[in-house]
Amino acid sequence: MRVSYFPGCTDRSSSMEYGLSTEEVFRVLGVELVEVEDWNCCGAAATHSLNRLLSLCLPARIISKALGSGLSWLVVPCAGCFSNLKKTEYVLRNDEKERRVVEEIVGFRYDPSLEILALLDVVVNRIGLDRIDERVKRPLKGLKVACYYGCALVRHPKVTGFDDPENPQAMERLMRTLGAQPVEWSYKVDCCGADLAMTYGSIVSQMVGRILSMAVEAGAQAIVTSCGLCQMNLEMRQELGLPVFYFTELMGLAFDVEQRERWWAKHLISPRPLLESLGLG
Amino acid sequence: MKEMWEGGLRLGEGDFSFLEEVRRRSGEHLDLCYQCMKCTAGCPTAPYMDIKPHQLIRMIQMGRRGEVLGSGAIWFCVYCQTCGTRCPNEIHIGVLMDALREMAVGEGVEVKERRIHLLHEAFIQSVRRGGRVHEVTMLMDYVLRSRDLMKDSLGSGVKLFLKGKFPLFPSFVKEREEIRRIFERCTKKQ
Repeated sequence: MRVSYFPGCTDRSSSMEYGLSTEEVFRVLGVELVEVEDWNCCGAAATHSLNRLLSLCLPARIISKALGSGLSWLVVPCAGCFSNLKKTEYVLRNDEKERRVVEEIVGFRYDPSLEILALLDVVVNRIGLDRIDERVKRPLKGLKVACYYGCALVRHPKVTGFDDPENPQAMERLMRTLGAQPVEWSYKVDCCGADLAMTYGSIVSQMVGRILSMAVEAGAQAIVTSCGLCQMNLEMRQELGLPVFYFTELMGLAFDVEQRERWWAKHLISPRPLLESLGLG
Repeated sequence: MKEMWEGGLRLGEGDFSFLEEVRRRSGEHLDLCYQCMKCTAGCPTAPYMDIKPHQLIRMIQMGRRGEVLGSGAIWFCVYCQTCGTRCPNEIHIGVLMDALREMAVGEGVEVKERRIHLLHEAFIQSVRRGGRVHEVTMLMDYVLRSRDLMKDSLGSGVKLFLKGKFPLFPSFVKEREEIRRIFERCTKKQ
């Protein structure tokens, strides 16, 4: 199985443990990630905040390069990149006039047969939990996690088409398959503050503080995320010392992948004490 | 809502082309809003906004162009899309906020939340230079533009740098000419 893969700008920088663990876990699952040729930045929040046309054309160039690979799925790990690509896909599919403008600027012909999928969606719904289950060597017994989706994966549901926007369950199902215990809580789709972290750190500390205290109240020992910016905000802006994992890292741990020590080293809050206390070190 | 009416808001005083213009730019049907306030109730940054989301829509309906485009509220929206997902009239306020920011900058309105605007500018310029964002030079550019020394983030930023999570050297797109052309075409059309 081969899929087109858009790593995004942070895959080799601020969320490198997400990128590294994704590559390792997919190697174990026997799914080849084919990096999109000469990919560019999706434009992030800054671009749609100031220039709508540019916010459609930058993702459109990524889509055009992915179409060149001839593969039918474009897989995106970062929730922010996923959201921008899906928004562009939505316009390309539903607005003929705007599609023509974007196609002309970027210089390509859109083909709707390419499916743009979030990494989490591919793992849970395409590869499937049965295949994940087969690879589990060390079930994550005793680990209580709060699955945190944030905004971009589930909203707007008309655009992302991923799970329930108020109470998604994909990550919980994955965690149960890995042997961990997801807690029930009501802050899983609340916003972490996104890039306000860079201009109003104190506001983001309040937003993150609320999310984390609710996770702790629900009995969680750690948070699981699928977004680089969420992970960074949750880890950087807290005083509780709660580890914040990417879901791929916990897959790697359950698959007993050796490289995991390299991922833990990248965390601001080391997950080692928690994992050792549960005999999962 | 009280403070809004104290300004003496009366029908016939506002700029009534504003509603139509915002509708056209955003594609959102703001005339459908019946002030249920679900948007404001769920908005995570509403506590920090000078005008709340539902008030902003009412003010657009009343043609209060200057106050809307000059508000800090339009810059505090982080596009989390909670409002747009919950709105009973399917008004996507995130899309509306994007359109309002673009209009404010396009009309040369004095931006109330300068730092947020400058961070977005610095980000876009970083992508323009290399086709991919490079955190270190982007943040240096932001600090120089805004004179904001990012005291809240400095300590953690240094830790992330020491962990090798902010590479010193940028990664560039090979076909930089393609990126340059896209930027040129998209900024000309504004």
